[in-house]
Amino acid sequence: MAIYTSGVIFAGVDTADKDCWKLESYIKRGGYSALDKILNSGMTQEQIIAELKSSGLRGRGGAGFPTGLKWSFMPRALDGQKYIVCNSDEGEPGTFKDKDILEFNPHSLIEGMIIAGFTIGASVGYNYIHGEIFEVYERFEEALAEAKKAGYLGKNILNKNFDFDLFAHHGYGAYICGEETALLESLEGKKGQPRFKPPFPASFGLYGKPTTINNTESLAAVPFIINDGGQAFQDKGIINSGGTKLFSVSGHVNRPGNYEVPLGMPFAKLLELAGGMRDGKKIKAVIPGGSSAPVLPGDVMMQCDMDYDSIAKAGSMLGSGAVIIMNEDVCMVKALERLAYFYHEESCGQCTPCREGTGWLYEIIHRIEHGEGRLGDLELLDNIGNQMAGRTICALADAAVFPVRSFTKHFRHEFEYHIEHKKCLVNHKWC
Amino acid sequence: MLSQDSLKQIDKELTKYPPEQNRSAIMAALRIAQVEHGWLSNELIKYVANYLNIPPVQALEVATFYSMYNIEPVGKYKLVVCTNLPCALSGGVNAANYLKNKLGINFGETTSDGKYTLKEGECMGVCGDAPVIIVNNHSLCSHMSIEAIEKKLMELQ
Ligand SMILES: Cc1cc2nc3c(=O)[nH]c(=O)nc-3n(C[C@H](O)[C@H](O)[C@H](O)COP(=O)(O)O)c2cc1C
Ligand code: FES
Repeated sequence: MAIYTSGVIFAGVDTADKDCWKLESYIKRGGYSALDKILNSGMTQEQIIAELKSSGLRGRGGAGFPTGLKWSFMPRALDGQKYIVCNSDEGEPGTFKDKDILEFNPHSLIEGMIIAGFTIGASVGYNYIHGEIFEVYERFEEALAEAKKAGYLGKNILNKNFDFDLFAHHGYGAYICGEETALLESLEGKKGQPRFKPPFPASFGLYGKPTTINNTESLAAVPFIINDGGQAFQDKGIINSGGTKLFSVSGHVNRPGNYEVPLGMPFAKLLELAGGMRDGKKIKAVIPGGSSAPVLPGDVMMQCDMDYDSIAKAGSMLGSGAVIIMNEDVCMVKALERLAYFYHEESCGQCTPCREGTGWLYEIIHRIEHGEGRLGDLELLDNIGNQMAGRTICALADAAVFPVRSFTKHFRHEFEYHIEHKKCLVNHKWC
Repeated sequence: MLSQDSLKQIDKELTKYPPEQNRSAIMAALRIAQVEHGWLSNELIKYVANYLNIPPVQALEVATFYSMYNIEPVGKYKLVVCTNLPCALSGGVNAANYLKNKLGINFGETTSDGKYTLKEGECMGVCGDAPVIIVNNHSLCSHMSIEAIEKKLMELQ
């Protein structure tokens, strides 16, 4: 697994060293010094939040919500149980960065969560880990045991008057549990069906208590921000896109893998880091932020920078930072058919527009792909999409509609060709 | 229905949650029960629910919602191949087709000797290492070229 790093979460992590995840290695890299700084210098909750705000850190789970602001919403002075929950349920197709954090640098997340707990006034945290990476879950439990033994977790941490406990919880195969309120339901031992918002988790979260939920990468960046200061993090990126970001590059490149690079890096540079296009083929299309983000034509992408604003201006989203790269041999109808199948499979079934709509989207794209498309099918897809997006409890319906709208917009001629000639425009093969 | 070892593991899971929130341990408890029995029969689900002191329907609801629980018997080795788009671009579909041909079964089927069950998986969060196959839920195998698949099948006897 290639991890190119320019220095926040993976700074100094030698992924070839099989012990790089252990506490001893983490401490050698300066680990737990941020926690030490907070507890020994008497840094207040307000000061930590201010530092996070100045860092420009935005949630790395997909929505890009400012982390400092999210933490400030917690009723931290309120008595009673509060929770910090980490979302390591990484299931957005194309995304595989959180897994590498858990596998190679789990203590950065543990330290980030302890600091989060301190800041929002929570004495208990949970990390919800994607079920499919079970070996990583087991490793995380080992890392927790190390931290507990060394006195970073438990009662009177570092002999200060601060208690914090952290536990791992695993999923067992449901994409929807990546949605934060579905995740909370699942953590409570229920089906992962999203809750209606409001109330938001900051007032009614896990077991009905105030809860903050953040993505793994957001929390793992916290120790750096405390150690080096918010400004140092912000300076690594650009305005409105502070810091570095992990990009999971997959598809037709020579070196798929995770690349931790400054936000604002030109896409062309990222492609180069990933070894360029496999077999010297031409780039046809890129999904820049996980399968739920709109697809962009390759030539548009080549003009973009990897930051929130540049990608949004081009009509897509930076999302989770999963960059899926497709070459000229890919049939866009077939590619979309596979994604539509995924959303249909993973809809939790709670809201009618999503449960029924994802089925219809898949069925229609399937018939176009199989030479049975009808005139009017593209309009029908449009209509169905309009009745789904924004009309459900969570954003899975929108996530299913974005690819359909963008594929049929940018590659419309391929869909029309399929319907008219009952076959592919390109000589498609999967790899 | 469960060994002392499995029950001990479940007890450990229970300590993660507040005392009145036993229900939270159901996901891990069902996983532990499945590891011991290979699949979750209705009786086993009920047994686990009773052990946690929650209504059986709450356990059943979880067992049927999450795709990694086997609510029907499966072969000795359950192979789940990811064919989602990012993997498909790097050989995921080819790996799945190879397995279908080699084992003579489709997705959702088990070989007649009861050795292998083949399933189609959704993104496992390791797309950079495609093709990927998960064996019996907990062992993730990456870079599964045809040679690597052959080698793996030899190991799984
Ligand atoms: C269908 C769906 C799936 C999601 N999957 C994930 C996921 O796998 N990981 C994640 O961190 N956030 C995921 N999210 C976003 C979360 O709801 C939430 O915004 C995020 O965990 C907040 O953390 P952040 O502010 O640090 O990004 C998903 C959202 C939706 C609607
Ligand atoms: S698409 Fe196969 S692991 Fe992500």
